[in-house]
Amino acid sequence: MKNKEPLILAVVVVFSLIVYYLVEPYAHHVMHKQVESENFVYADLPAITKTGNVANGKELVMGAGACTGCHSIEVAGVAASMDPVSAAGAYGVNPPDLSNAGVVFDAKFLDALIKNPAEALKVSHKFDESKGQMHPMIPFYGAGGDIDQEVADMVAYLQSIAVSQEELTPKMAYENACGRCHAVGYEKWTQIGEKPKFKYEKDSLAFDIKVLEYQDSLKAYMGKLPPDLSMYYRSRGEHFILTLMENPQNHLAGTAMPRVGVSAESAEKVMEHLKDAADPKRQERAEIGMNVMIYIIIFAIFAILWKKQVWRDLH
Amino acid sequence: MANFTKATGIKDWLDQRLAIDKVEKVMMSEYWIPKNINFLWAMGMVLVITFALLVVSGIFLLMYYVPTVDEAFNSVNYTIMREVDFGWLWRHVHGVAASVVFLIIYIHMFTGIYYGSYKKGREMIWISGMLLFVAFSAEAFSGYMLPWGQMSYWAGMVITNLFAGGSLHADGLVEWIRGDYVPAQAFLGRFFMLHVLLIPLAIMGLIGLHFGALRIPHVNNQEGEEIDFDKEAKKYLDGDKAGSKVMRFANDFMSKDMMVVGVYLVFFFYLVFYNYGFAMDPVNFDPADGLKTPAHIYPEWYFLWSYEILRPFGIDLGLILFAFAQVIFVLLPFLDRSPNAVPANRRGLFAIWFWVMLVNMIVLTAMGKLPPEDPFSTIGFVSAVLFVAQWLALPIITSYEKKV
Repeated sequence: MKNKEPLILAVVVVFSLIVYYLVEPYAHHVMHKQVESENFVYADLPAITKTGNVANGKELVMGAGACTGCHSIEVAGVAASMDPVSAAGAYGVNPPDLSNAGVVFDAKFLDALIKNPAEALKVSHKFDESKGQMHPMIPFYGAGGDIDQEVADMVAYLQSIAVSQEELTPKMAYENACGRCHAVGYEKWTQIGEKPKFKYEKDSLAFDIKVLEYQDSLKAYMGKLPPDLSMYYRSRGEHFILTLMENPQNHLAGTAMPRVGVSAESAEKVMEHLKDAADPKRQERAEIGMNVMIYIIIFAIFAILWKKQVWRDLH
Repeated sequence: MANFTKATGIKDWLDQRLAIDKVEKVMMSEYWIPKNINFLWAMGMVLVITFALLVVSGIFLLMYYVPTVDEAFNSVNYTIMREVDFGWLWRHVHGVAASVVFLIIYIHMFTGIYYGSYKKGREMIWISGMLLFVAFSAEAFSGYMLPWGQMSYWAGMVITNLFAGGSLHADGLVEWIRGDYVPAQAFLGRFFMLHVLLIPLAIMGLIGLHFGALRIPHVNNQEGEEIDFDKEAKKYLDGDKAGSKVMRFANDFMSKDMMVVGVYLVFFFYLVFYNYGFAMDPVNFDPADGLKTPAHIYPEWYFLWSYEILRPFGIDLGLILFAFAQVIFVLLPFLDRSPNAVPANRRGLFAIWFWVMLVNMIVLTAMGKLPPEDPFSTIGFVSAVLFVAQWLALPIITSYEKKV
């Protein structure tokens, strides 16, 4: 009698794969908008044509009415003028410390941001100057010289004080780029920083109240509370998060979320941090997976040999 | 009272009290299986192993899962996935097994339909099997509620809404099932109970019935040949193992079962470690939010075909056809009027009926997940009508079938 098993197996496998293809890759392809990555080149922003002068940039950044009026720069000894809760009350969101802005954010983006924040952040639909809707970050109108040169100097200064790309950890990249709006509960991160361990419940509750107050300001500023990103790597996937960071408008036209402006390297680090939050056991899974596969293949080989031995007498 | 003698050993001691020799013969060594079968006959054992994996992984998960609306999501995604050693492994095993078990169930079902294994005394095997399908479906649905993610919440909302019966507006019944106006704590609590206690008990009882139903009619074989089991068993026991048409369940058939199980487990663990995404919907990694409806709500893949029979029609007709689709498979032994219990390829029109049914159910499955817009909704509509028409035609085409 002809052995029909290979044919039957082929039928079962082919039908199963067709179902899988239609229900998974194909259906998701139809359901979700395809957004191609732009590789964080920010093609819409003009290139920096001038070579920046660090010393001059320092003077401009620290100068009266410039960056340090609102931003702290802890590495340069400039402390924040307000605590995060009051700052969010004043600006909607706590203005970032600029210590590592030079490494986290793309230079071209920083340059454009200083000149015209609403444009660079892609939130001009929300901040229309003609209607009196000013972005809380005031554009730099120049200090009397060539504005392109001056901004290039400021960017050069910010780059000079930042840690190197190698020293920038995934956690630092996340905190700088996303952390003032998005909590990561599973990493104990709140919008006002990591929640410390408190000895007394009273202190712990006081911290929680501060977070709630900060979130109230943020909610009023953004329209809704930006979501906790603990499980975003698993709920949205890597491609979605990267392309959303790159340009939120590509996914959600009209969203209040600003373009983040991170460099390609920093984006990878942010991604790494979100993976650590949502899928911290991925290394362990790969290692154990390999061992289990080896074990189970050996089991299958023994099972096949046993069957052959038992069935020898049956034919 | 029975006569007990001094036991010669532990085995004899047990045998006098539990008749273990007899049990062993009935269940294993003299439970006769036809030799003319293929690997599809091992799907029962594959299902037993998968169910065992579900029970064991479920027990581990149960130790840390918290069935409250505030803690359920975090107990799964934080406690089990991050804090508990190997919690992620048990969760992925449980999630993948819950999905794969339906793939095997469908293969098992279509094997039964193809080889006519629901006829001539095997009706109770089929009916108990379909009851198991219903119980597994309820188990899968109730389990899907437990992580309390967006898809848990909204699937719970949609499916419990079906009980309003469309124009009947039995909203009171829906509230009674939920224990609230919307899925909330009462809902989660009762589905937790159903998932970890009542339905597993029902499944175990039904598995016993399903096995018991096999005992008298025996397992079917690849050619639908009627075998005199007593005669063939005698031949085997007299030493003509090669000439007999039957073999022992253990170790003869068991060794083939284990071979198939071995190969299956390679596939299964590949999915657990390297391709688990299909079994864990991304949307369910967002915590449940009653104020935010997901853009697309769809059931897990194994419910999609019946969901697509509900969806293309108006609410009342949709519900009637949905109910029809749920029960119609149970009636298969009575709707098939043919006297032939042979493989479909020798049954003329029925062979066409079988392959069209299989392909059409795959089409329904695909359309059930795709958004309800053209061309998908039109294809879904045609497929759903075809599904119903096929079942209405079955008694007619089979009653004209000639005896082979």
